Amino acid sequence: MSSFSFALAGIGLFVLGLHALIVHAHLLRKILAINIMGSGVSLVLVALARRGGDALPDAVPHAMVITGIVVAVSATALALVLMLKLAAETGSATLPDDSPE
Amino acid sequence: MNWDAWIPLLVVASSLLPGLVIFTLAEERIRLRTGLNLFGALTKLALVGWMFWGVYNGHHFETRLPLLPNLELVLRAGPLALLFVSLSTVLWLVTTIYAIGYLEGSPHRSRFFGFFSLCVTATVGVALSGNMITFLIFYEFLTLATYPLLVHRGTEEARRAGHTYLVYTMIGGALLLLGTAWLYSLTGTLEFTPRGFLSGLGEEHRHALIIIFVLMIAGLGVKAALVPLHGWLPLAMVAPAPVSALLHAVAVVKAGAFGIVRVVYDVFGVDFATGLGVMEPLAWLAGFTIIYGSLRALFQDDLKRRLAFSTISQVSYIVLGVAIAGPIATIGGVVHLVHQGLMKITLFFCAGNLAETLGIHKVSEMNGVGRRMPWTMAAFTIGAFGMIGAPPVAGFISKWYLGMGALEAGQSWVLLVLAGSSLLNAAYFLPILHAAWFRKSPESWPHEHDFGRKETAWALLLPPLITAALALAAGLLATLPFSPLEWAKLISVREFYRP
Amino acid sequence: MLQAVIADSHWAIILILLPLAAAVLCFLYARAANIIGVMTLSALVLSVAALGWQIRETGVYHHAIGGWEAPLGIGLYADGLSLLMLTITAVAGLGISIYATSYFKQQDAARFWPLWLLLLASLNALYLSADIFNLYITLELVGLAAVALAALTGGRDALAGAMRYLLATLLGSLAYLLGVALLYHGFGSVDIAILATQAEPVPVLWVAFGLMGAGLALKMALVPLHFWLPATHASAAAPVSALLSALVIKGAFYILLRLWLEIFAPHSGGAETLLGLLGSAAVIWGSLQALRQTRLKLLIAYSTVAQLGYLFIAFPLSTMAGAAVWSAAGYLALSHALAKAAMFLAAGNLMRFGGHDRIADLDRVVQRLPLTAGAFALAGVSIIGLPPSGGFVGKWLLLEAALTQGRWELVVVIILGSLLAAAYVFKVLGRAFTQAPVCQKARAVPARMEWAALLLACGAILLGFLAPFILPLMDIGDPFSASGVQP
Repeated sequence: MSSFSFALAGIGLFVLGLHALIVHAHLLRKILAINIMGSGVSLVLVALARRGGDALPDAVPHAMVITGIVVAVSATALALVLMLKLAAETGSATLPDDSPE
Repeated sequence: MNWDAWIPLLVVASSLLPGLVIFTLAEERIRLRTGLNLFGALTKLALVGWMFWGVYNGHHFETRLPLLPNLELVLRAGPLALLFVSLSTVLWLVTTIYAIGYLEGSPHRSRFFGFFSLCVTATVGVALSGNMITFLIFYEFLTLATYPLLVHRGTEEARRAGHTYLVYTMIGGALLLLGTAWLYSLTGTLEFTPRGFLSGLGEEHRHALIIIFVLMIAGLGVKAALVPLHGWLPLAMVAPAPVSALLHAVAVVKAGAFGIVRVVYDVFGVDFATGLGVMEPLAWLAGFTIIYGSLRALFQDDLKRRLAFSTISQVSYIVLGVAIAGPIATIGGVVHLVHQGLMKITLFFCAGNLAETLGIHKVSEMNGVGRRMPWTMAAFTIGAFGMIGAPPVAGFISKWYLGMGALEAGQSWVLLVLAGSSLLNAAYFLPILHAAWFRKSPESWPHEHDFGRKETAWALLLPPLITAALALAAGLLATLPFSPLEWAKLISVREFYRP
Repeated sequence: MLQAVIADSHWAIILILLPLAAAVLCFLYARAANIIGVMTLSALVLSVAALGWQIRETGVYHHAIGGWEAPLGIGLYADGLSLLMLTITAVAGLGISIYATSYFKQQDAARFWPLWLLLLASLNALYLSADIFNLYITLELVGLAAVALAALTGGRDALAGAMRYLLATLLGSLAYLLGVALLYHGFGSVDIAILATQAEPVPVLWVAFGLMGAGLALKMALVPLHFWLPATHASAAAPVSALLSALVIKGAFYILLRLWLEIFAPHSGGAETLLGLLGSAAVIWGSLQALRQTRLKLLIAYSTVAQLGYLFIAFPLSTMAGAAVWSAAGYLALSHALAKAAMFLAAGNLMRFGGHDRIADLDRVVQRLPLTAGAFALAGVSIIGLPPSGGFVGKWLLLEAALTQGRWELVVVIILGSLLAAAYVFKVLGRAFTQAPVCQKARAVPARMEWAALLLACGAILLGFLAPFILPLMDIGDPFSASGVQP
C-alpha cells in the first residue's frame, strides 16, 4: 500500500461527501457529509506527508490535521446547534425551500 | 499665500457651505435660512466680481487639487468660464429671492433650499472646470442635486418625471463618461486648451475620435435637450416654478449647452472638429431641434409646457452657433448662452407669478391678464419679444450674429432656420401677448390670491422685472465693455485668431 | 520618543490580541459590553493608523511569533494590501459598532459583542497571516463567527440563512484546505513567500488553484455560487448584515488576491479570463436581480453580489497593468465596504421605523427620516460610481485600464453595471419621496443609528477626494507588482 493510494482514498471521501452534501436534504446528513469531506482532506494531508522511501514522514501535515480536527469539532458543534434550533422553529431538520419574501 | 489660487474654490464653496448648513436647519428658522441663502449668493457675486476685475488686470485664477493619479481637480476662471459663472451667479441671486417668495409657507423648505444651493454649486463648478474630469464630476453632481428638486412635491407624477429625468441623464452621463475615459486613454490629458488638445493625434485615431465626439455630444445633448434626447424636459414641468426657472435658464439645460461649447472649442478645437466632419451634422441637428421645438411649442396650451418646448428650441441656437464653426457665429452662439438665460428665466418667473397669484396654468386662461398684473406681463412681453428676436431686446443680437456668421461661413440654410424659427416664435408668443393685453378679462380667475393693492408679492414681482431689465440692457448696451456681447467677442477672438 | 514607540511596537500583534481580549471581557462583563466594544474599535482604528505609519516609515512588517518561522511557527506579515484591508475592517467596523450600541437590546448585545470581537480578531489575523495554513484557520474562524452572528436574532429566516451560510462556508474552507494540502505536497511549504519562489506550472499547482479558487469564490458568493448570500445577508440583524456584506466577504477576496498575486498569476493558464467572465456575469446578473426585488434588504444583498463582480473584472485586466488595476480593485473594495455598511444600516433604520422593508411602502422617509434617506442616497452614489465618491475613483481606474487595453466587453460591463446600479438605487429613492397608499405608524429611530449610517456614507463620498493619499499607502511593499510579470 503506497501512501498515494491513501491520498486517493482521501480524495474519494471528499467527493463522496460532496455528493452527499448536495443530494441529501436532511441537515444531519449534510453535516455528516461535511465531516466525511473533512476526514478525506485529513487523509490526503497525512498520506502526502510521507515523502518516498524510508525517510521519516514530515510532521507538519500531522500538526495541521490536529488543528483541522479541532476546527471541525467546533464547526460541527455549531452546525448541530443551528440544526436543532431550526428544527425547533420549523418542525423539520431541512432547509426551507423558499427564499424569504 | 497666493489668494488667486483659492478664489475659484471659494466661489464653489460659497454656495456649497451655506447649502450644507441649510440642510440642518429646522423648518421654522426662516430668517436664518433666508440670511444664509442671501449671504451665499452675495458672497458669490462679490467673488465673481473680484475675479472679473482680476482677470481684467491680468491675474490668473486657478485652483488645482490632486484627484486621481495624473489627474487633478482644476477650477479656472477663463473668459468662457467667467461668462457662464457670472450668468449663474446673478441669476441665482434673483432666483433665490423669487424662491423665498414663491415657497413661503410651503413644507420642506430647508431641504429645498439645501438642494437649491447644491444645484448652483454644481453649475458654478461646471462653469469653472478647467479639465474634462472636473467638468464630468460637477456635471453628474448637477444631476444628483436637481433630482430632489424635481420630485420635491412627492406626488406620483413628480416621481415619474424624476424617474424619466434620471433615465435620460444617467445614460447621458454614462456616455459622457465613456467618451471622456476613452479620450483620456488616447491622449493622457484632459486639460481644456484653447483650440483643443487633440491636434497631436494621428490619422489612425480618426474613427475613434469621431465616435468619442458623438458619445460626448450625446451625453451633453441630453441635458441640452437636443432632439431626440429632449423627452425629459417637458415632463420636468411638475417641479415648482423656481426649479423650472433654474433648470431652463441657469443650471441643467445650460450646463449641457455649455458643455458642448467646451467640448467643441477646448477639447476638440473648431478646426480639428471640422476636419473630422462632425460639425455639419451637429449644425443640422441643432437646426432641426430649433424648428422642432418651436413647432411643438405652438400646440401646447399649458403655459409651462409651451415655455419648455421653447427652451428646447432656443438652447439649440447656442449649439448652432458653435456648430457653424465661424468666428461671428461663435459670438452669436456664446452670447445666446447669456441672453437665453435672462429671457427664459423672466418668462418662467412670470408664469410662476400667474400660477401663484391667479391660478393660471394655461394659455387659454390668460385673457386680459395684462390689466390685472401689468408689471408681470410687461416683463413677460420683454422676454417674449426677446425670444422672437425683436430689437432692441437681447435675443435680437444673438440672432443677428448667428445670421451673419452663417453667411460668413457660407451656410445660408441657417438663415432659413432662423427665419422660420422666428416666425414660429412669433406665432406662439404673440397670441399670448394679444390675449393678455387686448382680450377682455373673465369674471373671475381660476384661483386668486389676495395681495392687497399690489398685483403680487414683492419677492415674486421684483425678480422678473430685474431679469427683464437685464435682458433689455444686454440688447441696448451691447457695445459697452463688459457686456455679454463684448465677452463673447473676446472668446471668439481667443478661439479663432490669437496665435 | 513617541515616534520611536510607534516604530518599534508590534501593532500587528495588538491588532489580533486586543479584540480577542475584549471579546472575553465582553463575555464576562456583559453589562459593559457596549463601552468595551466601542473603545476597542476606537483603539483598533488608532492601532491600524500606527501600523500604517510604521510600515510607511520602515517598510513591510514581518514577524515570526516566538521566534518560530513557518511552517512550525506563525508568521505575521503586513504590507500596503494588508493595511488596506485592516483599515476597511477597523473603520467600517467602528461605524457599525457605534450603530450596534443602540440597535441591540441588552440581551442580544451580550451575545453580539463577543462574537463580533472574535470575528474582528479573526479578520485581523487573516490579513496579517503570512502562510496559507494560518489563512485557512483564520478563514474558518471568520466563517464560524459570521455564521453565529447571522443566527443571532433567531427566527426562521435568520436560522435558515445561517445554516445555509454555514454549509457553504464549511464547504468552501474544505476545498481551500485540500488546496493547501496539495500545495504543501507539491512545493514543500505553506509560507507564501517561499511558495512564490518555488511554484512551477505543474498540474498540482493548477488543481490546487482550482480547489482554492472555487472554495473562496463560494465564500465570496461569486456567480454562480451566490445562492446562499441574498437570503443570509437579508435575514440577519442590520449590523450583522452590514458586517457580512462589508467585511466578511472581503476576507475571502483578500486570500484569493494574495494567492493570485504571489503564487498563481505567473502560471495562471488563462484562469483570469474565467474569473473575469464570472465577474462580469455577477455584475449584470446581480444588478438585474437587485432591480427585481421588492424588499430593500434583498435588493442591497443582490447589490453586493453585483459589486463583488467588479473585483473579479480586475483579474483579466491585471495581466497587462497589474499595479494600477489592483489599486482600483482595492479602492473599490474600500468604498464598497463603507457604502454597503451604510446601506444596510440605513435599511435597518427603515425597518425599525416602519416595521418593514417593502420598497413600495417607504412612505416619505425623505421627510420623516432625512438622515437615513441621506445616508442611503450618498451610499448609493458611491455604489453606482457617480462622482465624487470612492466608487467613482475605483470604477474610473478600472474603466481606464479596460479602455487602454481595448477590452471593450469589460468596458460595456463596467458601464452597464453602473447604469443598473443607478436604476436600483433610484428605484428606492424615488419611493422615499412619495406617500404610501396606507399611512403607517412609525417607531422612533435613535439618532445614533441615523448618524452612524450617514457618517459611513459620507466616508464613502469623501474617498472620492482622498485617492492621492490612499493609493500610495496601498503600494507599500509593492504587493501588486507580481502579477505584472507574465510568461
